[in-house]
Amino acid sequence: MAQIFKPSANHITQATLMGLAIGVPTVWLAIAALSRSPANTKVNVPLNQPIPFSHQHHAWELGIDCRYCHTSVEKSSYAGLPATETCMSCHSQIWTNSPLLEPVRQSYETGTPIKWNLVNKVPDFVHFNHSIHISRGLNCNTCHGPVQHMQITYKGNPFQMQWCLECHRAPDRHIYKDETRPDLQPRQQVFNLYWKYQTTGLDGLSERERALMLGTFNGTDNPKEREAGKQLVKDYGIKVQQLADCSVCHY
Amino acid sequence: MEANDGMEKKEDAVELTEQKPAANGGLDIDAIQAKLAGKSGKHYWQSLDEIADTKEFRKWMDDEFPNRSTLLTMNRRDLLKFMGASMALAGLAGCRGVFLPQDKVIPYVKQPEELVPGVPLYYASSIPLAGFGMGVLVEQHEGRPTKIEGNPLHPGSLGALDVFSQAEILGLYDPDRARSVINNGDVSTWELFNKNATKLLAGAKKIAVLTGAVTSPTMLAQLKAFKAAHPNTTWYGYEPQDRSNVINGLQTSSGQPLEPIFDFTKANVVISLDSSFLSPEEQPGALKYARDFASKRRVVGLTGEMSRVYAFESTPTLVGIMADHRWAVKSSAIAGIAGAIAEALGIGMIRSAVPQNVNRSHFSAMMEDIRAAGSSAVVVAGPHQPAEVHAVVAAINAAIQSAAVRYISPVNASYTAAGIGELKDALAGGSIDVLLVVGGNPAFDAPGDVEFEKNAKLAKHVIYLGRDQNETAALAEWALPMTHPLEEWGDLRAFDGSVSIIQPLIAPLFEGRSAIEVLSSLSGKPIAGYDILKGYWQQAGMPGTGEFEARWRDFVHDGVIKNSAFVPKTVSNLKTPAELPLDDTTIEINFRPDPTIFDGRFANNGWLQELPAPVTKLTWDNAAIMSMSTAKKLGLTHEDVINLEVGDRSVKIGVFLQPGQADDSIVVNYGYGRTVGGAVATASTNGGVPDPTEGGGVNVFGLRTLSSLNSASGVKITKLNERAQLVTTQGHRPLQSERIVDERDILREVTIQQFLRDPEEVVPEFAFPEEEIKKNNLYVEEVFEWNGPQWGMTIDLNTCIGCNACVTACQAENNIPVVGKQQVANGREMHWIRIDRYYKGDDVNPQVTWQPLMCVHCEKAPCEPVCPVAATVHSHEGLNQMIYNRCVGTRYCSNNCPYKVRRFNYLNYSDNQPNFMTKVRPIAAVLGNTTEERQNGIQLVKMLNNPDVTVRGRGIMEKCTYCVQRINDARKESKKAGRDLKDGEIITACEQACPTQSIVFGNIADKESRVSKLRNDPRAWLLLEELQTRPRTSHLAKLRNPNPEITPIPEPKPKKAKHGEEHGSEGHAEGEAHKEEAHKEESHSEGQTGTVKTEAAHGE
Repeated sequence: MAQIFKPSANHITQATLMGLAIGVPTVWLAIAALSRSPANTKVNVPLNQPIPFSHQHHAWELGIDCRYCHTSVEKSSYAGLPATETCMSCHSQIWTNSPLLEPVRQSYETGTPIKWNLVNKVPDFVHFNHSIHISRGLNCNTCHGPVQHMQITYKGNPFQMQWCLECHRAPDRHIYKDETRPDLQPRQQVFNLYWKYQTTGLDGLSERERALMLGTFNGTDNPKEREAGKQLVKDYGIKVQQLADCSVCHY
Repeated sequence: MEANDGMEKKEDAVELTEQKPAANGGLDIDAIQAKLAGKSGKHYWQSLDEIADTKEFRKWMDDEFPNRSTLLTMNRRDLLKFMGASMALAGLAGCRGVFLPQDKVIPYVKQPEELVPGVPLYYASSIPLAGFGMGVLVEQHEGRPTKIEGNPLHPGSLGALDVFSQAEILGLYDPDRARSVINNGDVSTWELFNKNATKLLAGAKKIAVLTGAVTSPTMLAQLKAFKAAHPNTTWYGYEPQDRSNVINGLQTSSGQPLEPIFDFTKANVVISLDSSFLSPEEQPGALKYARDFASKRRVVGLTGEMSRVYAFESTPTLVGIMADHRWAVKSSAIAGIAGAIAEALGIGMIRSAVPQNVNRSHFSAMMEDIRAAGSSAVVVAGPHQPAEVHAVVAAINAAIQSAAVRYISPVNASYTAAGIGELKDALAGGSIDVLLVVGGNPAFDAPGDVEFEKNAKLAKHVIYLGRDQNETAALAEWALPMTHPLEEWGDLRAFDGSVSIIQPLIAPLFEGRSAIEVLSSLSGKPIAGYDILKGYWQQAGMPGTGEFEARWRDFVHDGVIKNSAFVPKTVSNLKTPAELPLDDTTIEINFRPDPTIFDGRFANNGWLQELPAPVTKLTWDNAAIMSMSTAKKLGLTHEDVINLEVGDRSVKIGVFLQPGQADDSIVVNYGYGRTVGGAVATASTNGGVPDPTEGGGVNVFGLRTLSSLNSASGVKITKLNERAQLVTTQGHRPLQSERIVDERDILREVTIQQFLRDPEEVVPEFAFPEEEIKKNNLYVEEVFEWNGPQWGMTIDLNTCIGCNACVTACQAENNIPVVGKQQVANGREMHWIRIDRYYKGDDVNPQVTWQPLMCVHCEKAPCEPVCPVAATVHSHEGLNQMIYNRCVGTRYCSNNCPYKVRRFNYLNYSDNQPNFMTKVRPIAAVLGNTTEERQNGIQLVKMLNNPDVTVRGRGIMEKCTYCVQRINDARKESKKAGRDLKDGEIITACEQACPTQSIVFGNIADKESRVSKLRNDPRAWLLLEELQTRPRTSHLAKLRNPNPEITPIPEPKPKKAKHGEEHGSEGHAEGEAHKEEAHKEESHSEGQTGTVKTEAAHGE
């Protein structure tokens, strides 16, 4: 009777098994790596905007407080983007003829809003609330990276759920209060670091504060800082177990 | 079905046969009645289907997810369409800007000062229903209104809200609304209209202005101004729901036009004569009445004196169901009964007649009650009863000096206007040059003998100002778009005369203008609505003291003018009528407004079409509702199609069997059968394939005549050889079925006399013994050791009136989709709350109890461990969370849920709303509906969604979340403020809307909270507790307050010495059971052998 399997069957089997053994993990790892890479998360990838707004110029060089434009960050889930009127509050007197600012003037005159490209986004089934984070004294750079040094705004952190959980599961690693300014309310702690940075420069900041300002902070493992963090968690009434409840963000 | 118009016809055919067997279809009425008479089996039954228990019904009940295979008949392309591929890419940030569109974020150009993006604003306004105002607070997100809630400061709503006002938000975003001025079928402009109108009106010899009910002081002023500018104008008023009998009756008896308003806090004995004063479609004051009524029924702990309610009615209504004693009598028999009551109180009456099915001694017992109560008794007659009945009732209330009724001038000023009969004569005489119709839809809802469509064409010019593209707009020369109440300035009066403001939440979405603006401009003064309103109040004077500007700001802020209610008038020397209408021996027909779409004005409102009518649970259709005996007599059964002939007009309509309906009395709800009105209004009945020639439901307005607006006699019925498909929601998710051997303790009710005697009596004899529950509990006692709030809820069945306000509130708050008639037939309605209706007794006059049920957030939820992807997990605060993005649609959770409160999105309901999927209707007169504009429709309906709640796509399970978005908001606010949450700070949507405050939500870990106290109430029990689910929602047992002379209070049950014996299914036979050996161990405990007849407790 004829042979069912030709001699090439050996090679095919070998090749298939080898292929699977190498290919499956490779594809798996590739997808895993790619989905965490800036190609997908767009971390550190500047996004072009209709108007080349520079945070470095406005927030750092001019020292304008974040909340001058992002007005609802302490009250609402959205931080808010400035209305055209806010831009015009200065640019009706400064750089009034700059071609770069033409879209702003156009928008103000015609009443058509400016359509910015969204840099920091979480999916629609996640309800993120800014104000509660601000009320815990979390500096903007904790999540948004070194905004004051961004010429063109880019995403500072991946905003994938795993990244959010790193803090939500262990808030004592991230919660921080400037001990040199015990008089400040948590809300004020948020913006305190910028002044400190401006006035003393990087050298005047602690290592942690430096990392925060430069966007390289990933939580502290220093036991003293964690102790301070735990105390803050208690003072603020943060219920750590509840922070990781799904319905806190997904509802 | 409406949702997938891409399907081919033959696939529709497959779907039809696989749907749920038509409820009670083709069933043997004799068999059902025999079963009910024999009272075998369970105490409570939910529908006639359940009793009939046919093979199809069993098959339906067996399958947790019936008709799954209907999905397989779809072709692949549609399947993919419905899978909503875009949902899957939600998390992939990298795809944005590459092959998905870049997300934009768009700030304001000039941001309003008070607006914080993400924080909703609330504005006080009011919503009209048939002219009467309901004060509301409208929640607005970034300039668009998303939810309508009650205004606590308004005397007509008191913070709660009815289904109509709540659903008006959907009417705002209705893509089928009138958008532009239409002139003879062509799109035109307001300028052209105004130019033309000046010419038309100037040259008109006679002008007729037809409005609906008008309570608005500003509107009245505008009508006067119009009349002053055009002296040859006659004002005609017409509302499909005729309330003139009330006013006429009091006019003849007291000499002045009056209408009664009631204060049920002063009523200990209430007699309802065919009245449903708890139903907002019948009474503009229904919400206030419900609140007051409930306060007299509420029992807290062991204290509370319940009122006693007697009801005589032709069809089960919310009042009759709450009544302690109810008799089903024809509505024509009410006159005789009113006469009998009057006579028994010593008022000389021409005629008094008590129907045969009302036991004489019971009637006397009721009269004793009334006499004993004296001024704390009140008799209420339904507005559709003839004027003579109202006169008699007024005399009765005067004789007993009832403190619960007051008389005021009619709030609806159009009672002074001429009627539609006179308009018909004027039109038919050819004398009307210009007919201006303001609001309403007379071409659809005028009585049949008015022949409005024909006669209106006899006027030289017809101008119609209305919100919808409807039948009247189709025949008008000028069809003008009217603004929605959420887009206009104006005012209204509530049922008691209190003035409320109408404040716009958004600029008119289309080119609408309000009625006062149009009238003002036609009178020669084209002013904006705000100026008209403010100008009127400045000139007319606003009640109150202080500067006008301050009072005006208070008015706009609060939404009401304080103390602006009508002052009650004293009445004396009431004359009784000379004649009382005779009883009708033929089959009578009653025309009633529909409890969901009212008189047809909401026919295009998907929420209301799909809302099950409280009593019949019927959705998307109307029917001829009759009793089983009447049907048997006529040789009919459920869902037969009959030819219903009244006088010389007839319609084809389906038959609906309703337990509790009076014999020889048919009720039809008008409002259905729209031919022009939008995609939802004209959804067809035959499986959902849009058919321009068929409307949803049947138009019965043609059967009404000017002399028989509310009822007619001499109905002729012929059976046709067709079957109707009448879709109800009851029976889709029973908690009890044949598979479950023991009778489950689903409902608890007892008389208050028994309850106060011994609170233990509230536990039914078939309840699972408490010791057994504790013994079988393998779980540790402490569920959580966690320092924080534990959320819980109680629902008081004693005060729930079954009005569906909670269902609509939940739908509005949580973006719950409308699924369409075909899907409801498959049991896939998406309402998170359902109000189960339980009958007890036979079909002639059963006792009905409501049970609202939503996810009870079990501490040991059976749904949680079975989810393969952990999409439903428990939170530390006790919530059973539903994580939509994790759900893969296994549906094992719903399978495991014993309460059957989970809802599955079988299709992409949120995108495939019928409102904008159906193609344009080919009627030339209705334009402004190009395909592009149809495409724009989808954006419009999305504006309605609550941004705080995720919109679910296909394949996602959803259920009640205890309004977790509200909990989270409140928790964040309290944390920002650095304080603890207060009791009552978090109000769920259902709790907020409930007029009787039957739902209470709060922290059960806090001993002082309201919910904790109610949870420990002796009436409270946990539903299906024996399954060890430990629900967080408890129900409070229903109490009734029967007259011991009519229904003897049963003797106390013998205390159970031993447990573990099942008595459940023999409960009815307990009388004989005492003699049997099986129950010998019972009889030794107390000396009560063989004397206890527990039957008396269960019925009348």
